[in-house]
Amino acid sequence: MKYLILAYGEESKMASLTQDDIDGIIRDTSQYDEELKQTGHHLWGMSLGWGSTILRLRDGKLTITDGPYAATKEVVGGVVLIEARDLNEAIQVASLHPAARMGEQWGWGIELRPIEEAPLCKEQPSA
Amino acid sequence: MTDDAVLHETMEVLYRTESRRVLATLIRLLGDFDLAEEALHEAFVAALERWTQEGPPANPRAWLVSAGRFRGIDVLRRRGRYDASLAELARRVDTEGPEDNDAEGLEDDRLRLIFTCCHPALPPEAQVALTLRQVCGLTTEEIAHAYLTRASTVAQRIVRAKAKIREARIPYQVPSPEELPDRLDSVLHVIYLVFNEGYSASSGESLTRADLSAEAIRLGRLLVELLPEPEAAGLLGLMLLQESRRAARTSPEGELILLDDQDRALWNREQIAEGSALVERALLSRRFGPYTLQGAIAAVHAEAQDAATTDWAQIVGLHDVLARADRSPVVALNRAVAVAMRDGPAAGLALIEGIFARGELDDYHLAHAAHADLLRRLGRTGEARTAYERALALVRQEPERRFLERRLDELQTNDFREDS
Repeated sequence: MKYLILAYGEESKMASLTQDDIDGIIRDTSQYDEELKQTGHHLWGMSLGWGSTILRLRDGKLTITDGPYAATKEVVGGVVLIEARDLNEAIQVASLHPAARMGEQWGWGIELRPIEEAPLCKEQPSA
Repeated sequence: MTDDAVLHETMEVLYRTESRRVLATLIRLLGDFDLAEEALHEAFVAALERWTQEGPPANPRAWLVSAGRFRGIDVLRRRGRYDASLAELARRVDTEGPEDNDAEGLEDDRLRLIFTCCHPALPPEAQVALTLRQVCGLTTEEIAHAYLTRASTVAQRIVRAKAKIREARIPYQVPSPEELPDRLDSVLHVIYLVFNEGYSASSGESLTRADLSAEAIRLGRLLVELLPEPEAAGLLGLMLLQESRRAARTSPEGELILLDDQDRALWNREQIAEGSALVERALLSRRFGPYTLQGAIAAVHAEAQDAATTDWAQIVGLHDVLARADRSPVVALNRAVAVAMRDGPAAGLALIEGIFARGELDDYHLAHAAHADLLRRLGRTGEARTAYERALALVRQEPERRFLERRLDELQTNDFREDS
């Protein structure tokens, strides 16, 4: 199965990052990507820039506004598409991502989403 | 097929047949569930790469264990750059080397895995989830689907169970002979829980989930193969005897059919023969327990042409032995139903009302259903109606609910006839 790792951070808190912090994060993240590539879990990944733009219909007309989309302070800062046998293996892979191992002070965290491989026969969300 | 397609198919078969054994051994060699799973994954990735060029080795299992161990040590070293304790662990695993890798040692690993997943320090639902995933190889999503829960709920149970095993330092061992009876109970209980959820789903639209029963029987077979304990054979026999009635206990419309009303021509004779032989073997050992006794009861039913010619005296006798060993109210309830068949509904009714009077089973729908049935047979229609209504208020499974509603409807129709 395929899963999408969404690495979240809190934009306002990220302002306190020093250059050393940033260098460290880049090193950790690329090392993580490298390890995933070696193990065959890595399919695709990207870091996202700050600032987001929302496109949405309002009264039938497309409107453009500033994001983030959801009314929270946390925004997605990185995405990685991985291959894993099941959700527990995906959790194991995601738990090694820097956003799951550090960055508590910057509001880091990870959301893991399964990729629907057959969109027409999707699993019913359970109550 | 191209060579690549052939290899991919070989790998799939190999994953199904070998991955659980290899995992069981890697957990022992690497000392950690998560690390062993990573190592297993990497071993299969490496195998696909290597075998594409060189073809599969003579002993793929040994190759995978060795590759997995090597990869596991590699993972520890990689992470050891930031964590000295992991680096130390990598050194230890590396120097200790793989001992005990003969065929017998590897079979022991599968037993170690079963006993660890069913360790009594883990909550029962975690034991079930861990066993289905680690021993049977089901995915988290498949387990969640079978139990009608969210994948994230099952995933969390598994993550917590592994953390508990690590933190409580639960040893990866087959229990000593002194511990074995208790620990085996725990394993048998997990297997029977899985079977029962598949045989009579506790809630939801469908009466049974055959896939879970099949997994439980597979687990039962594995246990009997690895550990020659009579009660393990008794449990496998019991499951096969119950499973033999699967086709007869549901109508084509998905309605529940009780044992007495089943078309016995639909019973699976092969499963009955195998199940009865296992139960007999367990009984002869004289070291059997409640599963063997329940299996013996199921075997008596299996021998009979119909409900009327069933040897109810023998069934009550087996229930008596069972009730002495196991004082649980459900056992007492089943005995009461058997007594009603041997001595008439009034005798059974007195026993069931005794259970209720002790304050037991008041929230168990099947106790109220049995109570209602005996009242109905005694012509005490009003009381039977109240009991059916109580059962209906408690039932959580659709086919059982419809069955109880039909019974209640019939009661009202008959009632009307009596009045007119």
